[in-house]
Amino acid sequence: MPDLLIELFSEEIPARMQKRASEDLQRLVTDGLVESGLTYAHAGAFATPRRLTLALEGLLDRSPDTVEERKGPKVGAPDQAVDGFLRGAGVSRDDLEIRDDKKGQVYYATIKRPGRAAADIVAEVLEATIRDFPWPKSMRWGAGGLRWVRPLHRILCILTREDGAEIVPLTVDGIVAADITEGHRFMAPGEIRVTGFDDYVAKLKRARVILDPVERADAIWHDATNAAFANGLEVVEDAGLLQEVAGLVEWPVTLMGRINDAYLGLPPEVLQTSMREHQKFFSVRDPKTGQIVQFVTVANRETADHGATILAGNQRVLSARLADGAFFWENDLRVARDAKMQPWIENLASVTFHAKLGSEAERVARIAALARELAPAVGADPDAAEQAARLAKADLTSEMVYEFPELQGIMGRYYALEAGFPAEVADAVAEHYAPLGPSDTVPTAPVSVAVSLAEKIDKLTGFWAIDEKPTGSKDPFALRRAALGVIRLLLVNDIRIKLLEDRIFSKADMLIAENEDGISGPNFDVYGPDLLAFLHDRLKVHLRDEGIRHDVIDACLAMPGNDDLTLLVKRARALSDFLKTDDGENLLQGFKRANNILAQAEEKDGVEYSYGADVKYADSDEERALFAALDAEGPNIDAAMQAEDFGAAMAALAKLRAPIDAFFEAVQVNSDVQIVRRNRLNLLNRIRQLCLDVADLTRVDG
Amino acid sequence: MAQPRCFQDIILALQKYWADAGCAVLQPYDMEVGAGTFHPATTLRALGPTPWSAAYVQPSRRPTDGRYGDSPNRWQHYYQFQVIIKPSPPDLQELYLGSLEAIGINAELHDIRFVEDDWESPTLGAWGLGWEVWCDGMEVSQFTYFQQVGGHDCHPVSGELTYGLERLAMYVLGFDDGNAMPFNPPDAPIPLTYGDVFREAEAQYARWNFDTADTATLLQHFQDAEAECARILDQPDTDPKTGRHIVMAQPAYDQAIKASHVFNLLDARGVISVTERQAFIGRVRALTKMCADAFLRTGAGGRAA
Repeated sequence: MPDLLIELFSEEIPARMQKRASEDLQRLVTDGLVESGLTYAHAGAFATPRRLTLALEGLLDRSPDTVEERKGPKVGAPDQAVDGFLRGAGVSRDDLEIRDDKKGQVYYATIKRPGRAAADIVAEVLEATIRDFPWPKSMRWGAGGLRWVRPLHRILCILTREDGAEIVPLTVDGIVAADITEGHRFMAPGEIRVTGFDDYVAKLKRARVILDPVERADAIWHDATNAAFANGLEVVEDAGLLQEVAGLVEWPVTLMGRINDAYLGLPPEVLQTSMREHQKFFSVRDPKTGQIVQFVTVANRETADHGATILAGNQRVLSARLADGAFFWENDLRVARDAKMQPWIENLASVTFHAKLGSEAERVARIAALARELAPAVGADPDAAEQAARLAKADLTSEMVYEFPELQGIMGRYYALEAGFPAEVADAVAEHYAPLGPSDTVPTAPVSVAVSLAEKIDKLTGFWAIDEKPTGSKDPFALRRAALGVIRLLLVNDIRIKLLEDRIFSKADMLIAENEDGISGPNFDVYGPDLLAFLHDRLKVHLRDEGIRHDVIDACLAMPGNDDLTLLVKRARALSDFLKTDDGENLLQGFKRANNILAQAEEKDGVEYSYGADVKYADSDEERALFAALDAEGPNIDAAMQAEDFGAAMAALAKLRAPIDAFFEAVQVNSDVQIVRRNRLNLLNRIRQLCLDVADLTRVDG
Repeated sequence: MAQPRCFQDIILALQKYWADAGCAVLQPYDMEVGAGTFHPATTLRALGPTPWSAAYVQPSRRPTDGRYGDSPNRWQHYYQFQVIIKPSPPDLQELYLGSLEAIGINAELHDIRFVEDDWESPTLGAWGLGWEVWCDGMEVSQFTYFQQVGGHDCHPVSGELTYGLERLAMYVLGFDDGNAMPFNPPDAPIPLTYGDVFREAEAQYARWNFDTADTATLLQHFQDAEAECARILDQPDTDPKTGRHIVMAQPAYDQAIKASHVFNLLDARGVISVTERQAFIGRVRALTKMCADAFLRTGAGGRAA
């Protein structure tokens, strides 16, 4: 049972692609081998900046022999048919066997396929894998036609047995597979011959290459945290950066350096972002002050001066970067302090939000007006909400955010405070983009909620008004995210707004209309319901994650007032809980039975049985008991519904379950006496109506 | 090569190195361009099957980068050193590392890394894959394998190296202020710094670029260049006077270069809105695309003689 070692050695592979690529290599090769009958015991895949590696243990030496019997034409069939069969089966006429069949004599062919040597199969599978590799972006180089992520230089492919290694014969676009790899580009250049995986890993390590990315990441983290700890400091965790940096080096050497004192006063977010984005440095924090005071950089080599030159160089580059940052910060603070951010707000007029939706300034005007409208419903002061909205996008034209767009909002808060605006306004500036994803924190401070809601509703109504809705996987303006944001803001904060009835959408729309000349697209009456349906769709997805069934939501969506998402969800949660109980399940059955009988009768008779059930026509205890129960619980349900206490309404409904069950047990609705029958049908209608007032149970499965 | 002492030592060392490596050492293109890639020795020669190998310094202009000569590391006029080899040789990375050695960057002491950076030029309709090369955390070069230029697949592929000379020189010479960096040897009879050579001009151009340039004239220049480019390429491939096959790809491309630079000036004047910007870029791209199409009908572009 040989082991297989494959290494694809190339110029530097982008860090972000390495993990996925090593997994793809493993999947494509092992799938291909197994499909050809070559199974294996264990697989391991690795990547460094210059290589993808796959090691398989316990591979079969050959694929097993196979025998297939194939039935052919009848004896005496035309020669053409027989020849065709022979060609397809790959046998000669002498090899055919004649057997008796129900309908006479028939030719049979026995196709024996001898197993193939592992090397042959590996060569085929690896070549196909290389030629079809799913890189996110690939390229050609030189005069060749092969595509790889960057130029591919070597293919190492060997089968190792006890008696030595066999090079798998394989040539791809002039690259001949061998048993040769290379060590570290600078610390151990030159060819290395290997005999198997263990030998390969050991020789690479001697040649200053750590093959396993996890081992590299662990080493980086270990050394970085140790260095920080020794100085009474801590490294700011950043898993994404750690993985990226581990993909940039084959021989990680961590170096810790100081941030020039002149820049320590910069906001920690600025230091961290600048260091991470531009330099791929880790931030090192003083746990006592929370300040970022040093950095860790990861070099790809050891040097005679123990990294002194490298660290000095990195420090100089960082100082230049932070000098830019400090320059932006000082300039921005001056604008905030002296001009109360006004120049930035004015500049928003020349920043296009969308060609058909005007500038950021116009957008801000709409958001401010809407935030003001929404303020009472979310418990915010309208003036504060409007003020925060007017400031919300100002930092977009600040120098810092121009340089680091990911700091939008965060810088706005610093600047709003510097300008002397109240804390709740500054916080709203920072928080109004949130929530950005399904797990991002939802703002709860009233002013923040008002601005955040307004920002998202404006975005949605705007894009709906110009008919730029998400389609399929295309959602370039992140409207699904905005919709989910609206939903979560409303639900988390228990906000009661009727999106259509209170004309929230149309207010946003009128503001759009006021601010630009000639939007083409549907008007509010057309797109309003469609936008609400979009919100409902997102809500369904959101509630499904909460364990509320699709049909349960549909039952609630069919009720009036479904443009109040908070109310809608209250109803759905209560119904979902109710239907999980025994009473709920049985009441649903009772409702369905009543509804079916009624529907049939109404269709047959051509009338609607909708009123006038009278207890005096009741002729059994069960029937009278049902009248009594409906009389007793009807007002309770109505009252609970009035109070929007869906739990109480459901509890009251639950009390109907026993009388309904008993009624159906004892009473035949379709009596021969017409007056009795009609009365019973009208009684069933009372059940139907009470249930339908709570939710459209016809839409619930089961 | 001894350790460089001044800006021009670095240019001379790079020229010597790439000349020894077999490149034709060309001179800068005699037009205002935004980057060394615009030189026809790169843009046009990257097209078609004919092998090519060139290295040159290219003065480049980015009007929006003007800082009146006050910035230690930004100038509206700066230098790039450009190498282009088609087809890209298999040892291009080693050749490149040799060039760093030649200007005094010792790989035994420094940390040199190839960090993913894909290159795209919307005005040239071009893109490629490659890296920015880091030395101790600083970007010292751009390294690109051209995949497309002017909308055409590159076959064979050219390898392109671009050195930002000021930044590289500041690093090698140990200067944080580029204007203070020596341009010629510090012990020359008349030693000059980078600032001595360019600072005054930087202020003049910044004033002109940002405030003085006449936008109506510039717009007219843009339209004229655009029209002339199209007119040149509308001519039949066969010259009626000589009867020879003469496709005027390069004169047309000069007009595209002109349009591109005028667009950059208009941008610096702040008269181009975000939406218009895309439209202008699209218009320049259309010109370079036409020039690329035309170049492929020339001898250098692979037309059978």
